[in-house]
Amino acid sequence: MKEKITALKAAFPHTIPVLTGFTFLGAAYGILMSSKGYGVGWTVLFSLIAFAGSGQYMAITFLTSVFNPLYALLMTLMINARHIFYGISLLDRYKDTGRLKPYLIFGLCDETFSIVCSTEPPKGVNKNWFYFFITLLDHSYWVLGSAIGGMLGSIVSFNTKGLDFVLTALFVVIFIGQWKTQKDHKPAIIGVLCSVICLIIFGQSNFIIPSMITILTALTIFQKGHKEENKLSKESLQ
Amino acid sequence: MTLTPVQTFIIIFMVTIGTMITRFLPFLVFKGTRSNNSYIGYLSRVLPYSAIGLLIVFCLKDISFKSPVYGLPEIISIGCIITLHYWKENTLLSIGAGTVIYMVLVQFVFT
Repeated sequence: MKEKITALKAAFPHTIPVLTGFTFLGAAYGILMSSKGYGVGWTVLFSLIAFAGSGQYMAITFLTSVFNPLYALLMTLMINARHIFYGISLLDRYKDTGRLKPYLIFGLCDETFSIVCSTEPPKGVNKNWFYFFITLLDHSYWVLGSAIGGMLGSIVSFNTKGLDFVLTALFVVIFIGQWKTQKDHKPAIIGVLCSVICLIIFGQSNFIIPSMITILTALTIFQKGHKEENKLSKESLQ
Repeated sequence: MTLTPVQTFIIIFMVTIGTMITRFLPFLVFKGTRSNNSYIGYLSRVLPYSAIGLLIVFCLKDISFKSPVYGLPEIISIGCIITLHYWKENTLLSIGAGTVIYMVLVQFVFT
């Protein structure tokens, strides 16, 4: 029990930006859903089992037009395809997480991924519980935020315009952190450059999958150079 | 509600299934792969950096550089975040100040 409390205490500070972002983004989502006639029950159910911010926002279109489940599935796959990268990145980190693993994978949203991939648990803190609490806290913020929004409905309106930028800011800060700690900037540059080029070519609603393919291709091309560097650094370590 | 409750549930179910496929797929596909597989090992080392880059572009995808306000609120705010983060190295300060600057810009300056 003590082990879990230590892990929770270590995890919480990392999730504060997400707490802010999800409370308001979730609330905005709940308000939007209720304005379309979907009560707080539907909103909470959706946030609880899907836990996919951009996917859920997109799904409002499907909830308010002609019933087309296959199209909803395909659009979700396309928008959330980026999660495949998160999984590959965390294969190693989540390798020995045991019975917590299914939940860790279930809750692997953008925000949880960005924290987990850039944060090492402090010394003496159980790694698995640390990742578990980051995931659980983020999940709770999202459900709680959308519940608040669903209950407030469209009665209350306050000017939160621009507040969703808190999540962009979180990702930018993580990007800078990675940039500073990593000597090889190629992967970061490839990620941004390929995505921007694909965004220009394919447009905002179709660029994710082409970006992923271009990024993978570019990384594979650069692997050779990386291997040699790796070999060198290993040799110098010995 | 446009749809019936059963239809609504099916849509929610589809979005959930779609999301879970993308989250579980890598772990299922590479379940048997030994972690010393060099290509997958290489990808899992470099992809976090590329993935955050893609994520930032994804967040900024709706900016239009052709029409007012030409992405200025985003450019200014991200510029401030970068400066602040190099200067103070305080995560919450960088995120908090960046967000407040952005909100002021979109609510009062570039309205």
